[in-house]
Amino acid sequence: MNNQDQIKEFIQKKVGEKVSFSNADDIFKLGLVNSLFALELVVFLENSFGIQVENEDLDLNNFRSVDNMNDFVAKKTA
Amino acid sequence: MKKIGVIGAGIMGQGVAYQFAKFDYEVCLIDISQEVLDDSKNKIRNISRLDMLVNREKGPINPTATDNIRYSTDLRDLADADFIVENIIENVDAKTKVYQELSEIIQTTAKVVVNTSCITITRIGSLMKHPENVLGIHFMNPVHMRPTVEVIRGVYTSDESIETALKTLESVNMNGIVVNDSPGFVSNRVLMLTVNEAIFALQDRVADAESIDRIHKECFGHTMGPLETADLIGLDTILYSVEVLYHSFNDSKYRPAPLLKQMVDAGKLGRKSGEGFFKY
Repeated sequence: MNNQDQIKEFIQKKVGEKVSFSNADDIFKLGLVNSLFALELVVFLENSFGIQVENEDLDLNNFRSVDNMNDFVAKKTA
Repeated sequence: MKKIGVIGAGIMGQGVAYQFAKFDYEVCLIDISQEVLDDSKNKIRNISRLDMLVNREKGPINPTATDNIRYSTDLRDLADADFIVENIIENVDAKTKVYQELSEIIQTTAKVVVNTSCITITRIGSLMKHPENVLGIHFMNPVHMRPTVEVIRGVYTSDESIETALKTLESVNMNGIVVNDSPGFVSNRVLMLTVNEAIFALQDRVADAESIDRIHKECFGHTMGPLETADLIGLDTILYSVEVLYHSFNDSKYRPAPLLKQMVDAGKLGRKSGEGFFKY
């Protein structure tokens, strides 16, 4: 499974099987998750991809969509 | 006022400690368990991270706020604290023990805040040498994201104590709504009964958990439904709070739903255990 699928799967588990969203969708703006979930995303990305999310990375824009998170992980592992 | 004492390093204590540290108060966080303290350090770091994630757009957030917190297992470290917030378990016996000890240690001018959602402030005040300095604040969870709190005036609480508390809250960007001492105050008296009744509705198969919550969210415009709220607070805490109301008022309308008791017995405590009315 590539990074993108792994991230999508994590969110899908959170929102439930029946909810559909695309990799470009802003999951916060759509109301699929509340802002508390942002931290779960940070911890998930750290644990799954071995990256360290620094204070300056803690910008909601990095975590708004599957695509944004995928780009962020790519940047951190480059 | 400089030094804030926070007693109890659970979820609420962590949030309160962070909120004051963020506004440059010197904070001393106390817990009887070193293990809980060690764990709270990590959790507070995550609270700070969540704060940066969510609130960054509202203004700069001090990334070194957590350095303002000192951790200790010794209540005597609060001897010079000016404002003390106690957040231990909602249990009268456990609280009584802490306050009896605290009364011997603290400055005569120190304000003492009971962070509780259901224990009467007057009763706690009666344990202290200076009950006029004792008041209640019902902080919400997560503390840094819920800036409005209930401030409770006990029978003996002085106007000066209430004023100091309101000003102190204001200094950390929070505001208080003052209410009088009564079991559950306003928030829990109404909320716990609502949550408990939602559990009865689920138990009686009026609707499933998702539908019960959707009615609150989609029909009433609430941000969260009562069952999701219960999962967030923790079902053990809900049960305890409902039982306190039941015993305080001796009114059967506060009797806990059997399904709630069963779920607590089964260890389904909500978010913190991974499963409650919903799975996490």
